[in-house]
Amino acid sequence: MSLLILAATLLLLTLAGYYMGRGRSVAVSGGSTHRLHSRPQYYGVYVALWCGMPSFLLLALWLALEPQIVEMILVSNLPSNILELSEDQKALVINQITHLALGGIVGGNITPEMEAAARDYAAMRQTGFAAMAVLVLCIAIAGLALGRKRIATTLRARNQVETVVSAVMIVASTIAIATTVGIVLSLLFEASRFFTKVPVTDFLFGLQWSPQTALREGQVGGSGAFGMLPLFAGTLLITFIAMCVAVPVGLYSAIYMSEYAGPRMRAVAKPILEVLAGIPTVVYGFFAALTVAPFFRNTGQALSLDVSSESALAAGMVIGIMSIPFVSSLSDDVMNSVPQTLRDGAYALGATKSETIKQVVLPAALPGIVGSVLLAVSRAIGETMIVVMAAGLAANLTANPLEAVTTVTVQIVTLLVGDQEFDSAKTLSAFALGLMLFVVTLTLNVIALRVVRKYREKYD
Amino acid sequence: MAMAAENLMVQNPETSDHKMIARDVSVYYGEAQALKNVDLDIGRNEVTSLIGPSGCGKSTFLRCLNRMNDVIDGCRVVGDITLDGHDIYDTKLDVVQLRARVGMVFQKPNPFPKSIYDNIAYGPRIHGLGEAKSDTDEIVERSLTRAGLWKEVKDRLDKPGTGLSGGQQQRLCIARAIAVNPEVILMDEPCSALDPIATAKIEELIDELRQNFTIVIVTHSMQQAARVSQKTAFFHLGDLVECGDTQQLFTNPNDERTQGYITGRFG
Repeated sequence: MSLLILAATLLLLTLAGYYMGRGRSVAVSGGSTHRLHSRPQYYGVYVALWCGMPSFLLLALWLALEPQIVEMILVSNLPSNILELSEDQKALVINQITHLALGGIVGGNITPEMEAAARDYAAMRQTGFAAMAVLVLCIAIAGLALGRKRIATTLRARNQVETVVSAVMIVASTIAIATTVGIVLSLLFEASRFFTKVPVTDFLFGLQWSPQTALREGQVGGSGAFGMLPLFAGTLLITFIAMCVAVPVGLYSAIYMSEYAGPRMRAVAKPILEVLAGIPTVVYGFFAALTVAPFFRNTGQALSLDVSSESALAAGMVIGIMSIPFVSSLSDDVMNSVPQTLRDGAYALGATKSETIKQVVLPAALPGIVGSVLLAVSRAIGETMIVVMAAGLAANLTANPLEAVTTVTVQIVTLLVGDQEFDSAKTLSAFALGLMLFVVTLTLNVIALRVVRKYREKYD
Repeated sequence: MAMAAENLMVQNPETSDHKMIARDVSVYYGEAQALKNVDLDIGRNEVTSLIGPSGCGKSTFLRCLNRMNDVIDGCRVVGDITLDGHDIYDTKLDVVQLRARVGMVFQKPNPFPKSIYDNIAYGPRIHGLGEAKSDTDEIVERSLTRAGLWKEVKDRLDKPGTGLSGGQQQRLCIARAIAVNPEVILMDEPCSALDPIATAKIEELIDELRQNFTIVIVTHSMQQAARVSQKTAFFHLGDLVECGDTQQLFTNPNDERTQGYITGRFG
């Protein structure tokens, strides 16, 4: 709570810094602001930055490091009989002390030494916070004073503010990149742990997926099989079915909306189509499981076909319907941005509307269309909920869309749901599957980018 | 209207001096009238230039001649326009065939984002001219030669047309238009985006094309109108003010609005 007050005070100081800086710059210029190097609000931001940036950085640093440092001091002050305990027990004691200090309810034996340590710990944290608060406020005020003092008509406030802003933008973009790299590294690391338990070749080329590990010696059915091929076959089958639905329907509706529909029709139809994208996938999931899958099974029975009640066809169809707005909306935007002059050029040669669309508009819009299809493909590959509900969990290696299949994402979910130990081959295999999925989608993207670059017809 | 129709009947339309005849043409964009009761004859194998200040309706009139106004929402054309005596706004007439006979070159060069070869071959292909590859090759070479571009691009026919310079792109568009062998070519300020050297080339080209085509050109440059055209029509605020021999219109205009415009008092 007091942290909140401190942060609020800092914010107020920063805000005050802005107005002080702005007022000061006007005063320095003697009323004629054109003599200033930058406009007054830049001087305001300049002072606010001086006031806010160092103090907030210090606050963040303290918040990040304080718990570790205090705990280190706590440990070093512990009596020797506790320090001699094993690592696990020591961690437990330290946990109890910190809980005690925070006034929580603690079970187990509380010795007087521990109570004393807890008091010390609480006191340390309080004084530490008070000292930090004073320091941060001092720095903020010092920054405010310094920034205000430096204001002069020749101060290049705008350039300095812009440097800070561009640094902030660089940091923001680095965060996304760093996160991606971190995720990939953790996938690689965990997958390599999996591959020490299960050979890579068994995983890549195995035809059996049955992820169990024995909990004790000689357990029945305890030997697992970790062949990923049935899962990838299932994923690709469902994605293929989904694209067979989404690409033609989406493209045709995009062509209709951008080339044939009147503006009024477009204004109504496009938002409605985009609503499709806003429906949660769970809703599609029970639609698939309760309506589409039984419909296919009944139709199959009528045609004396053997359709399983959870089929790849049902899941794929519903994922395809879900992906329609991705294809149609993006393709429509891209086709709309093809210049009207190109269409006029084709019409003036006596091309019909459909010739113009096929030979001029579509080639010019190709990169965007491929991009939209790719987006739909990656959505379909990554889709989990619909497949869980409509396609089942049976890892069949089959190309028959009427059978139950399962996908990579569904298996990752089932592997990690519930209480799991995180060092068995079963749970680690989830990371290996995730890594393979990542590799597959990355490859798809790279190939598509190449294709687009080769065949794109650039207009300018 | 009846009188106009009688006039059209006097001569055999195939051999008449007038390739296209417009009678009482008005154009509305929604409620606004952009063109008011225009009568204009387009001479066979002549260059007719349409001049006038911006917004006077000259481009609108040009776009009536191959019904490019059809693609604009809310645009309505009334009146009669004939091509060789046939009404081009006849409901039985296929607009696609009309545009194959009346080609158009636009203000901004708009080559398709395809190779130079495909840009030219596009029109002949959709009209079924030159089924064989050798025929298409011949059409491409002939069109580019007539547009004065062959020597410059013959070694890079497979390169994209958008990679050419502005003047070359415009000549590519002219070549593309003549590849389908039209009878009339409409040009909407074809040189306004070009430098003087490229402009000179296009003007030369227009003069040569006159042998085989009827040309209507909209231009903002009165010097250009004087240089390339035999007939000039002056539009002002949607009215056709004056139309006549270029020589006569520029030296001795009948209307004082024309006088004012060509001497630079307004527009």
